[in-house]
Amino acid sequence: MNIAKNLKYFFILPGVLSLAAVIALGMWGLRPGIDLSGGSLLQVTYISERPPVEQVQAIAKPLELGEVRAQPAGELSYIIRTKALSNDEHNNLTTVLSGLGEMREDQFTTVGPTIGAELLQKAWIAIALVVLCTILFIAWAFRGVSKPVQSWKYGIVAIITLLHDILVPAGLFAVLGHFVGAEVDALFIVALLTILGISINDTIVVFDRIRENLRLNEDRGKREELDEVVGRSITQTIVRSINTSMTVVIVLAALYFFGPAATKYFSLTLIVGMIAGTYSSIFLASPLLVVWQKWSAKK
Amino acid sequence: MFAIRYWSVVILIAAGAIGFFVWNTTGAGGRYDFKLGLDLSGGTHLVYNTDTSKVGSADLQDALVALRQVIERRVNAFGVGEPVVQIEQGGALGTGQYRLAVELPGVTDTAEAVRRIGETPLLEFKLVKKDAESNFTDAQGTAIPSAFEETGLTGTYLSRATVQFSTGGGQVAGTPTVRVDFNADGKKLFGDITSANVGRLLGIFLDGKLISAPVIRDKITDGTAIISGSFTAETARDMVRNLNLGALPLPITLESTQTIGATLGSDALRAGVWAGLAGFIALSIFMILWYRLPGLVAVVSLTIYCVLMLAVFKLIPVVLTAAGIAGFILSVGLAVDANVLIAERLKEELAAGKKAQDAIREGFARAWLAIRDSNTAHIIAAVILFWFSTSLIKGFALVFGLGVLVSMLTAITVSRTFILALGLDEKSKLGRFFMLSGFHK
Repeated sequence: MNIAKNLKYFFILPGVLSLAAVIALGMWGLRPGIDLSGGSLLQVTYISERPPVEQVQAIAKPLELGEVRAQPAGELSYIIRTKALSNDEHNNLTTVLSGLGEMREDQFTTVGPTIGAELLQKAWIAIALVVLCTILFIAWAFRGVSKPVQSWKYGIVAIITLLHDILVPAGLFAVLGHFVGAEVDALFIVALLTILGISINDTIVVFDRIRENLRLNEDRGKREELDEVVGRSITQTIVRSINTSMTVVIVLAALYFFGPAATKYFSLTLIVGMIAGTYSSIFLASPLLVVWQKWSAKK
Repeated sequence: MFAIRYWSVVILIAAGAIGFFVWNTTGAGGRYDFKLGLDLSGGTHLVYNTDTSKVGSADLQDALVALRQVIERRVNAFGVGEPVVQIEQGGALGTGQYRLAVELPGVTDTAEAVRRIGETPLLEFKLVKKDAESNFTDAQGTAIPSAFEETGLTGTYLSRATVQFSTGGGQVAGTPTVRVDFNADGKKLFGDITSANVGRLLGIFLDGKLISAPVIRDKITDGTAIISGSFTAETARDMVRNLNLGALPLPITLESTQTIGATLGSDALRAGVWAGLAGFIALSIFMILWYRLPGLVAVVSLTIYCVLMLAVFKLIPVVLTAAGIAGFILSVGLAVDANVLIAERLKEELAAGKKAQDAIREGFARAWLAIRDSNTAHIIAAVILFWFSTSLIKGFALVFGLGVLVSMLTAITVSRTFILALGLDEKSKLGRFFMLSGFHK
């Protein structure tokens, strides 16, 4: 693979996807779930027949609960979202709903606004912490190799790659939020943090090989351009890069298709993040390292 | 060679024994059964904010401990299995408001749970109406409300309650009774009531339930009342504690609730188990088809990994939630990553013309750096995730972190031992077929 020749093409895929993600996020934003914004979520299942949405909304109207969003789920269930309900309001709501037919309450969640705001704040701190720790760790792990690329540059490049890896699933959820009402909740943030932690794998595998090849060259006193070393390293590692992600994507796909409803979007976020992480280690991280090196060598 | 084969047999036997332990203790209840979180078993999770503004910082910890004890006692009265009551500190950095978290497995009637946690035990004294003295309870012994008249005397006038053992006087000596001392206002009120109503029955109610209805024999001016129901030493002590701890040491307000029905929970559990099995099988097929012998070894060590993890879940014990199961499934996919790295290295070493056994040792040694680095990154993420997560999703970070540690052990040690123990020769056709798989140049 000739990196030197094809460099500019490498950035097309990550560039286009990142741009699309930024546009989607800017246009539609993310739809926060109740654990981030506060509010109540009630899931009920009607035993024999589900009444129409209009009827549910009409019957909830006199309770003055503000906006009541009823969303059909499964064959006989409703997921109903409202402002944060008090104990009495919750009771009243389930009472009128059971007036529409025999039903069972599957789950009820209420989150006060302070906990939601606090979780969001914590999320930002956590993302910043992961990013910082990763830079430090990579810089440390690659400390032995300072020629021709300083070790902290590996760290910075890894972080840019990671940000791309979480930008893509975030963009996807902006799209899903707009079109099918998908919400981002605490689990979504957990998924993003996990992507930060595991999609670094592929980048580490490639960087590790670059490090090894640079060291071998030095031992043998061989002179080789960085882009050639990087290109050779990618060729040597591309199969394992893809396969290490493949193993994770296989089990996550099983979780998505067979797993509980609670972790569906969670596994989807991780799958998209893992795939983004795999191609970005090849199409973004490695070429970026070369470009940066060339640019600073020119100066 | 002998030593390594010996070790691989030992590992297999040990894994089998642990597997038997996991299998044997599952579904039986008891100490070593899996602990399921509320989202899988059904139950209620409540979070209360505490108002600590009126408590000085010196008394704060005591007040919080007392609060936890009172709530714990009320929660224990529900009679549900293993309720959890915890004090947590909120705020993004854990320096904010104190919160009280209550987990009630099996309780799905949130309204009732909230009512019972929020209530303070109510002690009331009510006179039995003159015309109802012969039938103020129904056939079940429950008080008939219309047979009583209010006196205005309640537990708010209480100064303290103590357990006393009777010394006779119409009671078997040594029977536990509850002695109630009123404060000054209560003393006066009690004196007025008793002096005006000598000969009548005074009903004593706790939480609306009639405890006893003794006859007022004389006016009582010292402000003490003896309640003699059918107490055992234990119930008398409980009642005393209820009365004394009646009011919560700190005001609390409900901040969030989460209730999950048993049906939804068991559906989620079943789906999680199926997803885990499906993922494992798909992954095994992929590994064996792609990497052949190292793939098969990876599957064997992955099986050992799963068995070890399940045993760890039981021994710690880890409370399994939907997020925790997701974490476990993810960790299965990550655990074989090390095998992929090793198998690829092995191919390279063989391609470079090394002898099989040397190639295996070398392959493991050189794959180690990349494995170490990526696993360290995972552990960093797991620690931060654990800090970030709230109760139900904390399980994800915990399982993920444990998985990284256990998989380092199985992928490196176990896989290496097995592959060496097979003693393949790179010159034999069979050996080449088994080891050199995938794409080559």
